[in-house]
Amino acid sequence: MPWKNAHVFSPSTFYVDRVCYTKILPQETPGNCIMRVPLDNKADKVICGPGLRRNGDEVLVCKSGILRHKPPNLYWIDSIQKRYVPAKGESVIGIVTVKSGDVFKVDVGGSEQASLSYLAFEGATKRNRPNVQVGDLVYAQFTIANKDMEPELVCIDSCGRANGMGVFGADGLLFKVSLGLVRRLLAPQSDIVKDLEKTFPFEMVVGMNGRVWVRARTAQQTLIVANLLESCENMTTQQRQALFRRVADRVT
Amino acid sequence: MRETPLSNCERQFLLKAIEEKKRLDGRQTYDYRNIKITFGTDYGCCVVDVGKTRVLAQVSCELVAPKDNRPTEGIMFINLELSPMASPAFESGRQSELHVTLNRLLERCLRNSKCLDTESLCVVSGEKVWKIRIDVHVLNHDGNIMDAASIAAITALCHFRRPDVGIQGEEVTIYTPEERDLIPLSIYHMPVSVSFSFFQQGTFLLVDPCEREERVMDGLLVIAMNKHREICSIQSSGGIMLLKEQVLRCNKIASVKVCEITELINKALENDRKVKKEGGKFGFAESMAKERITALKSEIAPVEMIDIEEKAEDIICRTGAPCDTVPSPVVRAPGTGQVGEGLQNAWGLDEVEEEEEEEDDIEQGGPEKQPESETITSKKGDVVVISDSEEEEVVILHQGVEVKDFREEMSSGQKQATSASKKKKKKRKLAH
Repeated sequence: MPWKNAHVFSPSTFYVDRVCYTKILPQETPGNCIMRVPLDNKADKVICGPGLRRNGDEVLVCKSGILRHKPPNLYWIDSIQKRYVPAKGESVIGIVTVKSGDVFKVDVGGSEQASLSYLAFEGATKRNRPNVQVGDLVYAQFTIANKDMEPELVCIDSCGRANGMGVFGADGLLFKVSLGLVRRLLAPQSDIVKDLEKTFPFEMVVGMNGRVWVRARTAQQTLIVANLLESCENMTTQQRQALFRRVADRVT
Repeated sequence: MRETPLSNCERQFLLKAIEEKKRLDGRQTYDYRNIKITFGTDYGCCVVDVGKTRVLAQVSCELVAPKDNRPTEGIMFINLELSPMASPAFESGRQSELHVTLNRLLERCLRNSKCLDTESLCVVSGEKVWKIRIDVHVLNHDGNIMDAASIAAITALCHFRRPDVGIQGEEVTIYTPEERDLIPLSIYHMPVSVSFSFFQQGTFLLVDPCEREERVMDGLLVIAMNKHREICSIQSSGGIMLLKEQVLRCNKIASVKVCEITELINKALENDRKVKKEGGKFGFAESMAKERITALKSEIAPVEMIDIEEKAEDIICRTGAPCDTVPSPVVRAPGTGQVGEGLQNAWGLDEVEEEEEEEDDIEQGGPEKQPESETITSKKGDVVVISDSEEEEVVILHQGVEVKDFREEMSSGQKQATSASKKKKKKRKLAH
């Protein structure tokens, strides 16, 4: 197979001696875990996503999980994790803990509390402060999130519009799931969400920090949805569909 | 590591659900979570799981001098540890109020009830007695540590074996397990504590509260009882006013629960004894689930779904059909998009138009630059690192060719990322 020089890594390509979609464990010797990538002619650079690190001419795996590939040139490791690390651009559900002066402190489940300025809401001015109390849920996006600084959140996008962000959550239930399940829920054509829609109507807000908020017509239904979501963590597709069908049958 | 605060909406939801007599995991008001008792290879070591709350108890003994005012009695020392492993709310070092309360409750439950015959622990009166030490460690806190700790402590005491002692005149010989079999302690009865949490100013109670229910409860009543219906200790905290009937009702419930739990403990002890006698494998390695992905899975909690049918039919009749069409996002420039209503940005109109023109310029300039940058990079072999370090240079929009080579690729990558995340948000909105 003709190898094209990787645009990103050169002069040599990087090697893999196992197929994609198998589990890779970190700390294997460099000889074992280097990847060889068959490059088609379209791709002229290769992007290494989370879980992969470049080390000189090699690509090393630093998290255990399944190697995924998105054509043409994106590779990453899909790992199971429950502890959230703030990353820029991600939308999360936070709980307001402290309201002091110009800034709210919000707990997002990371090692530090994030700060949220009161001006970072749609239509907020110095005179017109947003109505946020301690203990409220906010859906916000990270503008600054790295290991050197305190993370910062905003509830508006770059045009100044709220776009779904802000304070929410009267009457629903907040619970925590793993990050992998959250990513599955947020995927564009998520099977889980489609199956769940067939049971009964409900509202859902999913934060990338593993927090999910659900509201249905009654408390009983909300509890059912919450328990269903928590339980589809480790189920195969068939088991999950069977369970949802059972619930839907009891409902209708 | 700080504890996750309880949000207002969770608190309201929990209280509302409790008013409707619904618990988070679908239990009834008087139901306990699944209790699991496992023993270690040593005598006196046991782990008790009440739902997800996990507690480890270890009993040990040593020969010491007795107390001056009680020369013929052995000593029982009870210690409960709350480490940060159990919950981020617990700090190591400082003794919190919960720590002191739990220790006191456990001591009263075991020591004051005289469940252990301390006279039998005497070896040489006034000089040597056995000191039995019970250490209880909380491994995971998911509510109701008190019950789990009391079950673990009394089970460990029943499971424990002490070395045999021989006295010849002045000499005291402690026999090793190989020389003489170990002797069990002499236990009169098994006190077990049952916790009741109260809501709505003491009118509604729940047995075995989980962690979230504990956070929103008004008050707590702990009754320690044995299976002969003798109350060993009773404590009410939280400052709620309890009526006499409520306390009597709790007593009745507690006696039923204590009988069940005592039976469970005896069965577990019996199983362990049988396995040891037959020479089979025992200990944590056998009883803990193996390292598979479902090792930490909890069992299915049966959720009550009676009455759902009528309500659900009502809802389905009343709700309208969901809209199928989706307003497509307006694409102002390649790589950017705008979602949501009110597409016209009314303020700063001139600035927006200017920005769009600049973006258009860059995008057109982009593809032309690519062949050049290809040749340059293939020579240098540099890596484009899309990092979130705050030390990047500022992107200058109207510059000459050379500066922009890598920055362009990066900025277009970021634009794609933001538009992708916007599309994700739009899709989420539709799912509601």
